[in-house]
Amino acid sequence: MIVANKKKIHQMSDNLSESEFVQGRSLWADARRRFMGNKAATVSLYILVLIVLFSFIGPWFAVWTNEEIDWGAMGSAATQGMPSFATGHFFGTDDLGRDIYSRVIQGTQISLMIGVIGAAIAVVVGTLYGSISGYVGGRTDQIMMRIVDILMAIPFMFVLILMLVVFGRSIGMLFVGIGLLSWLDMSRIVRGQTLSLKNKEFIEAAQATGVSDFKIITRHIVPNLLGVVAVYATLLVPGMILAESFISFLGLGVQEPNTSWGALISEGAGTIRYDTEWQLLFPLAFFVVSLFCFYFIGDGLRDALDPKDR
Amino acid sequence: MIQPIVKARDLQKHYPVKSGFLKPSQNLRALAGVSFDLYAGQTLAVVGESGCGKSTLARLLAMIEEPTSGRLSIDGVDLTEVNNKSLSKGLRQKVQMVFQDPFGSLNPRHKIGDILQEPLVINTGLNASERRQKALEMMSLVGLREEHFQRYPHMFSGGQRQRIAIARALILKPKVVVLDEPVSALDVSIQAQVINLLIELQQELSLAYVFISHDLSVVRHIADEVLVMYLGRPVEHSSKEVLFSNPQHPYTQALLSATPQVATQRDRQRIKLKGEMPSPIDPPSGCVFNPRCQYANQDCLTTPPVMELYNESRVACWALKQRRIGDEKLAN
Repeated sequence: MIVANKKKIHQMSDNLSESEFVQGRSLWADARRRFMGNKAATVSLYILVLIVLFSFIGPWFAVWTNEEIDWGAMGSAATQGMPSFATGHFFGTDDLGRDIYSRVIQGTQISLMIGVIGAAIAVVVGTLYGSISGYVGGRTDQIMMRIVDILMAIPFMFVLILMLVVFGRSIGMLFVGIGLLSWLDMSRIVRGQTLSLKNKEFIEAAQATGVSDFKIITRHIVPNLLGVVAVYATLLVPGMILAESFISFLGLGVQEPNTSWGALISEGAGTIRYDTEWQLLFPLAFFVVSLFCFYFIGDGLRDALDPKDR
Repeated sequence: MIQPIVKARDLQKHYPVKSGFLKPSQNLRALAGVSFDLYAGQTLAVVGESGCGKSTLARLLAMIEEPTSGRLSIDGVDLTEVNNKSLSKGLRQKVQMVFQDPFGSLNPRHKIGDILQEPLVINTGLNASERRQKALEMMSLVGLREEHFQRYPHMFSGGQRQRIAIARALILKPKVVVLDEPVSALDVSIQAQVINLLIELQQELSLAYVFISHDLSVVRHIADEVLVMYLGRPVEHSSKEVLFSNPQHPYTQALLSATPQVATQRDRQRIKLKGEMPSPIDPPSGCVFNPRCQYANQDCLTTPPVMELYNESRVACWALKQRRIGDEKLAN
């Protein structure tokens, strides 16, 4: 064996490290660089940002508000309510003479809000529930996960529709319903990840140092889970939007005078045979483009945060 | 008389293993009665095959898990009697651990500075600048430079990471450091570097090491005493010199003969053990080594042997006690 004294060790470390000062780059910074290298994801991110900005800045350019009725176009949307700059109806009007441009803005806000809030509930509740279940383990884990299994076995749409019928149709009820069920998948994914992290040596090192269990979960487990959680959450947002649109399409979700992409698409689809295809196409375009963007971003995030050990 | 810093008496650790739905769970005896004393400045090496309970012993000593039975006292305080949280926190500071895998033992999301400071945050009342000062001191002690403070673990090589892990273990000024195969994941040249660093730190801070390894050539370099384990039981415990020059237990002899060496003695006999290590769920009766031992007789099959002093070694073996081997060795 080589007998190296302290001096030699110092020299060795000096040789090993570059002489100039290198700022540490975190895994997050690395991931951001990889994400930005992904064209589809970056473009999707920009488009999505534009859509969000549009839903806030758009009203400044609107000639008609979402509640005003153009009496001239009412009842004769096919001839009077076409998309045109002259009348101020950029996206046309619906059969009641309401401005689709303003309605789409309103629908975008509500749909995105439902998507983001639903995913946020899933992230917060699912991450906490899953990481506690996985970290504590044993009987606690068994009971917590069987509860999830039971809840998952209940058909989600059926319960949601039932709730909306029994407790009345409102956005609040929609949030409660989606929030109650969206965290189930998340908690399972997080639990699985926690189980594999739990036996990593840095967790044991923290235990040997005397770090409390709660601190281990918040400081050591959750930060290492966030990659998976972020990917899953971005894929969850379009899922939430789809669920809401489906409910609204059935007529149970968002109620007038509020609207959402699903409700607008439903209305547009109902009147398509009267030659008013703009009533369907504009909300549909926003819906489809946004969903694509979310999926591309989720995909890009997954590649960027690929949970390989480095 | 000097007090031992670690005193283990008949330490046992059992894990319940579920064999199926509604069936009674079985006991896996990972550790079945280990005793030793460790003094400040000394190194006890624990060697044995995989699955012999080395790492379980390490986890018990580092207080990651509690022993099922037996007594463990650290610096004169009996761990099994401590229920008080603040006292056990004080004890935790005295025993720290370095792990086998330098790639798994550092949180990839934290900077080196944060990793080193975490023990201080939890166990001391130092403020931020004092903590930073201490972390930097520790880094220079293990040969890392100041600018490494802001970097992340993935920017370091295996040897550097292991030195970070050592720095983290030493930052609380422990009296005992449990080293769970600290060099087996490293290149040979880096191994020498880390081992020499460990020896130097031991002399400087008069640390007691529990050095767990399956690599006997490393053990020969660092250990003062060696404890050979088989299936959760100690089979031989002696000083390094005695163990390497005159191994007593048949298992130790086989283990030593399996160490790769530059072939200086051409007629060195390689003792080949037959079969696998038995399952710790269902250990053989009598001496647990009997299915693989060439000297096994009726006594070995029925009664477990106890540790007794024999040729300066404490050995648990019937064949030795009954002079069936050893004398034969003298004749050679």
